[in-house]
Amino acid sequence: MKKIATGNKAVAEAVKQANPTVVAAYPITPQTEIVEQIAEFVTSGQMPSKYIAVESEHSAMAACIGASITGVRTFTATSSHGLLYMHEMTNWAAGARLPIVMANVNRSLGPGWNIWAEHTDALQERDTGWLQVYVSTVQEAYDATLMAFRIAEHNDVLLPVMVNLDGFLLSHIMQPVDTVELGDFIPPIHLPYAIDPKHPAGYGTLTGPDQQFKFRWEIERSMRDSVKVIAETEKDFAKRFGRTYGFTEDYRCEDADVIVIAMGTLGKEAEVAVDLLRNEGIRAGSMRIRWLRPFPKLDLKGKEVVVIDRDYSFGFGGILAGEIRSKTGISLYSVIAGLGGQEVTYDDIAGFVRTRKTGEEFWFGVNAHV
Amino acid sequence: MLKCTSACAGCSDSLALRYVLKAAGPDTVMVVPACCTSVIQGIYPNTAFNVPVYNIAFGAAAACASGMSNAFRAAGKKTNVIAYAGDGGTLDIGIQAMSGAFERGTDFLYICYDNEAYGNTGMQRSGGTPIGAKTTTTPTGKTDAKKDIDMIIAAHDPPYMATACAAYPQDIFKKVQKALTFRGPTFLHILVPCPPGWRYPTEKSVEMGKLAVKTGMWVLYEREYGKVTIGAQSKVAMKKPLPLEDYLSPQGRFKGIDPKVVEILKQRIAKNFQRLAAEEEASA
Repeated sequence: MKKIATGNKAVAEAVKQANPTVVAAYPITPQTEIVEQIAEFVTSGQMPSKYIAVESEHSAMAACIGASITGVRTFTATSSHGLLYMHEMTNWAAGARLPIVMANVNRSLGPGWNIWAEHTDALQERDTGWLQVYVSTVQEAYDATLMAFRIAEHNDVLLPVMVNLDGFLLSHIMQPVDTVELGDFIPPIHLPYAIDPKHPAGYGTLTGPDQQFKFRWEIERSMRDSVKVIAETEKDFAKRFGRTYGFTEDYRCEDADVIVIAMGTLGKEAEVAVDLLRNEGIRAGSMRIRWLRPFPKLDLKGKEVVVIDRDYSFGFGGILAGEIRSKTGISLYSVIAGLGGQEVTYDDIAGFVRTRKTGEEFWFGVNAHV
Repeated sequence: MLKCTSACAGCSDSLALRYVLKAAGPDTVMVVPACCTSVIQGIYPNTAFNVPVYNIAFGAAAACASGMSNAFRAAGKKTNVIAYAGDGGTLDIGIQAMSGAFERGTDFLYICYDNEAYGNTGMQRSGGTPIGAKTTTTPTGKTDAKKDIDMIIAAHDPPYMATACAAYPQDIFKKVQKALTFRGPTFLHILVPCPPGWRYPTEKSVEMGKLAVKTGMWVLYEREYGKVTIGAQSKVAMKKPLPLEDYLSPQGRFKGIDPKVVEILKQRIAKNFQRLAAEEEASA
């Protein structure tokens, strides 16, 4: 059914259809609309879930963990400082192998108080064992949230999944969204090690060095196995509902000399820049990284590459640029743009491509265009 | 609980656990944050507990139990959810999550077992350490008074809360059974004397617990829908307390305590007795 919705409302709609048994959440701008909408669904009886209005994000994730280990479906949503506040528990959720789904509305980190889009919040969760997907449209926010439950709960994965959408640029933008009749797209959850008083066991007890590394390896093995599960899930989604997704979204890349790589809404904006550049005779393409974890295999041989990071690792560089460099070994032009919600238009992106200097880093708004 | 735990010799928490689990029965799940009880379970893949134990990060026991309780109730299960945390995990790092869980009316029993310091990490001071007690971070004795967590819990107005002591098994047993009959959040605060931390011989844990009650350092009472009932043992202590020195002098942690601090402790005991007696009378 076609509707008009914000990114936040689209996520809430998908959660309603996935019907988690427990939702535990805490408000934070610009995510709040998701949990308000879910609370409304629960209160009005449209969603039979238990909604736990916890007193902090740390407790939101802890409550999801406690619920999830009983073998039920769980969901939470957060942003920015909320995500950082639950950091201890995001590690716990992945380490405990719990298929919790979380929407994170990407937002800058204080100080100062800046509520606008930036990816540094989620990227600080990069090494926790969560799968991470970044979306670029309201439709994709809805679709990715539905798929997140199926992927997380797949018994070859059993890891939590974070769906990332840009603060305001997507969370509060209204776009058309086509909702689906879910049918049996998400199978009932079956957690093989759910708590059962009839079969007492210790969960997360003292673990020595001779065992702990095995648990760490199990996380990585499942992370690798998730590649297949993601691909299968996206394929089945396309078959049932007609919308196709992949690890990256490639636009006019085949014959491109130069490829712009970004995540989230910037990755979509780059497509417009590509058209603009093509009209000028520059053979450009764009590649939007959707899945950051597991990180996709990228084929960038023979291409010039411009990476736009809406994030930064101080003393290192753009985080996405660093990931791409380390996985492909290529040299690239690293652009740092859009921090704290800084406006970046397709014209700006086209400008980055025109003035690219492979091997260098450029801070938009700080360094002068050459 | 099974035989052979990895508790210290003379550990009274392992006694308390035995009584708690006996009273709770098999349809029970424990949620345990970082504390001595994380250690007592033993090392993976073994466990000394005959009920499922979910170990969780230090500040998260009540929140985790809250999610678990909601999930069980949603599935129509009556399984007892018991958060079992130390004084550090309750009075200090876990207080926010606990307060939230109580405010939300979570259907669970929260047990704080109190050995008056961070025992698992080698006896650092906590909000539960009494004034005058030496710990590894208060080498000359703590200068601040013990936080009254029971008053804080009482402010949340739970249907049932009580104090207990590991030296009184039947009392713990009865209070756990009673707490689990209520719907909503209930609280049990158990004093667990700790030989290595309090520095007394390992065979004297029960004696130390009894002395705590008989001198009035620890008061056994219940608060049911606001109605306060002081336990018989503490009633005796109120009328005729043993000298506080009987409790302090066998413990290395109080060695060389300033007589002025002993005076402060005595005043606090008297004040606490007065307040509880007045509450009992007012709520009768």
